[in-house]
Amino acid sequence: MASGNRSQTAQGLALVAPPLGYAVLVLAAPLLTILAYSFFKDGYLTVVREFTLENYRTVWSDPIFHKIMLRSLGVAALVTLATVVLAFPVAYFLSFAVSPQKKAMWLFLITIPFWTSYLIRVFLWKVILGYNGVINSGLKTLGLIEQPLTFILYNVNAMVITLAHAYAPFAILPIFIALEKIDRSLLEAGRDLGESRAVTFWRVTLPLAMPGVVAAALIVFIPTIGDYVTPALIGGGKIPMIANMIQAQMLDLDNRPMGSALAVTAMLIVAVISLAFVALNRRFLGVRQ
Amino acid sequence: MTTQNPGPKTTAAHRAAMAGARPMIEIRQVQKHYGDYHALRGIDLTIRSGEFFSLLGPSGCGKTTLLRTIAGFEDISSGVVLIDGQDMQEVPANRRPTNMVFQSYAIFPHLTVAENVGFGLRRDPRSRAEKAAAVEQALEMVGLKGYGSRASHALSGGQRQRVALARALILKPKVLLLDEPLSALDRKMREQMQVELIKLQRQVGITFVLVTHDQEEALVMSDRIAVMFEGQIAQMDGPEALYARPTSRRVANFIGVMNFLPARVLGETGEAVQIEAPGLGRVDIPMANVSRADPGDAGPSVGFRPEAVSLLATGAQTANRVAGGVIDEVVYYGDMTYYDVRLDGSAGFDGQARPVRIAMRNVFGREVQDVGTRANVSWSPGSLVLFR
Repeated sequence: MASGNRSQTAQGLALVAPPLGYAVLVLAAPLLTILAYSFFKDGYLTVVREFTLENYRTVWSDPIFHKIMLRSLGVAALVTLATVVLAFPVAYFLSFAVSPQKKAMWLFLITIPFWTSYLIRVFLWKVILGYNGVINSGLKTLGLIEQPLTFILYNVNAMVITLAHAYAPFAILPIFIALEKIDRSLLEAGRDLGESRAVTFWRVTLPLAMPGVVAAALIVFIPTIGDYVTPALIGGGKIPMIANMIQAQMLDLDNRPMGSALAVTAMLIVAVISLAFVALNRRFLGVRQ
Repeated sequence: MTTQNPGPKTTAAHRAAMAGARPMIEIRQVQKHYGDYHALRGIDLTIRSGEFFSLLGPSGCGKTTLLRTIAGFEDISSGVVLIDGQDMQEVPANRRPTNMVFQSYAIFPHLTVAENVGFGLRRDPRSRAEKAAAVEQALEMVGLKGYGSRASHALSGGQRQRVALARALILKPKVLLLDEPLSALDRKMREQMQVELIKLQRQVGITFVLVTHDQEEALVMSDRIAVMFEGQIAQMDGPEALYARPTSRRVANFIGVMNFLPARVLGETGEAVQIEAPGLGRVDIPMANVSRADPGDAGPSVGFRPEAVSLLATGAQTANRVAGGVIDEVVYYGDMTYYDVRLDGSAGFDGQARPVRIAMRNVFGREVQDVGTRANVSWSPGSLVLFR
């Protein structure tokens, strides 16, 4: 029995070894390196391998870091809100209005934006929103405006539009799956017990879809905080987010310990916020994953 | 009357009270089409107030569709549905005076037991404390006192069903609709719940409409049963009448077991039909026991239930008629023994052997007979039904 277990364990280890090795190599090792760097001293263009907490002290007391971190959180929160609010009706339509035979086709259609690279999609938003872009030239041709609108590019709104579009499928799918899992007789039961369709949605459908909504929010929130391309292109480089700040420290200023400390700090903040979000949902909405 | 026995449901007094009750549900000429599929083909029935009524039939016969049209989950293509005298045409499901116990029970997984039971009380003008008391009372009625704070996903099948019942009954509907409520339970639990449902129905006095494919369940629980095939009602009667005098072979086959022998009609008087059947000889069948054959039948036939005839002990005397035969097969069930007997001369008109099944209760002192022994079968003309 014991030998059987051991051989089973060995078999399991053999199976997970390749992806585990890969994950250690490309995820754990760089993370640990960054963590180690963040405690080293910066010796102008070199890294002095001596332990210090000075990087963290600088990061936490730096008003620029405060401002950029808050902006990153704000943009990510706005993007998450916009994406989830817009994705929910799409997921609802997919789950409730589309006939079962056509669901696969609709899911396929929703993944079409993925056929184009993320970078190109972001760049195309610049083409759409730009000074001589699609919207401005269109409105000018129609005679609705004389001068191009300048408030539609190089600001937070434009970043939210771009990121919400980029992450929409990631939000639609978990909500769709949560809606698909709802036993339809529960909705009939809600009606049978005297509630209108709208109230049944509020009291039955929405609470049961919350695990999907929470998953969607996290899937959108976490990567958008660290997004680098959109602030650079759509923000015009004038409204950097945390990833741009880390990049500047790491590469432009070649202060790797400082960049590492920034990265670790941002990671901790995101982790704490995400855990608090999940805990709050579990506590107040009774969401069970 | 033991505690297990729900009481004399089929007494003459009970039947008379039922017959006099006012109609609660009236269904007139109801048709339902799903595209090309004709699900309900002209249903006419009246369910009386306080009645325990069952819709019985094989799957796909339209019984669940009919229940859902009463609940308001399906629109009807034509016809009228009245509940307590009110036309339901324009009344949506959430405004109908009906509540349903779903086949899957449809317990809200995100709510506790008490929140489930109190779900329909949101707009009830009573105070929070009064509603909580009502929920506790409803839980007590279904035997779940003290379960209120439990998470609903931790309940067993039987408990979920009780929650579904309490959740529906707390709203005091005029009609409680039950969609195969016992089919998900194991046999012991099912039999226990049958008795509890009958008691509960008598206690609350609400009209119950049950959908089931289990003929035994329908016989045990109902005041009246509508047997449905292919979107039509084949027969509507009390359990006893349905079992003893099925009006067609198809109903006879669906409700319990019935033996059939081919018959030849010899003549007819005002009171009886004289026939000849292989193995039984000439018999006068009273008019009350004459039913119709189904379109696919080869010709007239007589039928009788396995327990309507009996094996005669050797040398015993009887006032009934006796047919001789040979025991072909013996199936022992503990409380009952089933004998398949080939009656003398039953090969009859076409030479085909047709053993008949006879059910005997295994009372003390009666030995189980062996295969191949000769046996005398005692029967009376009153226990036969003629299908022609």
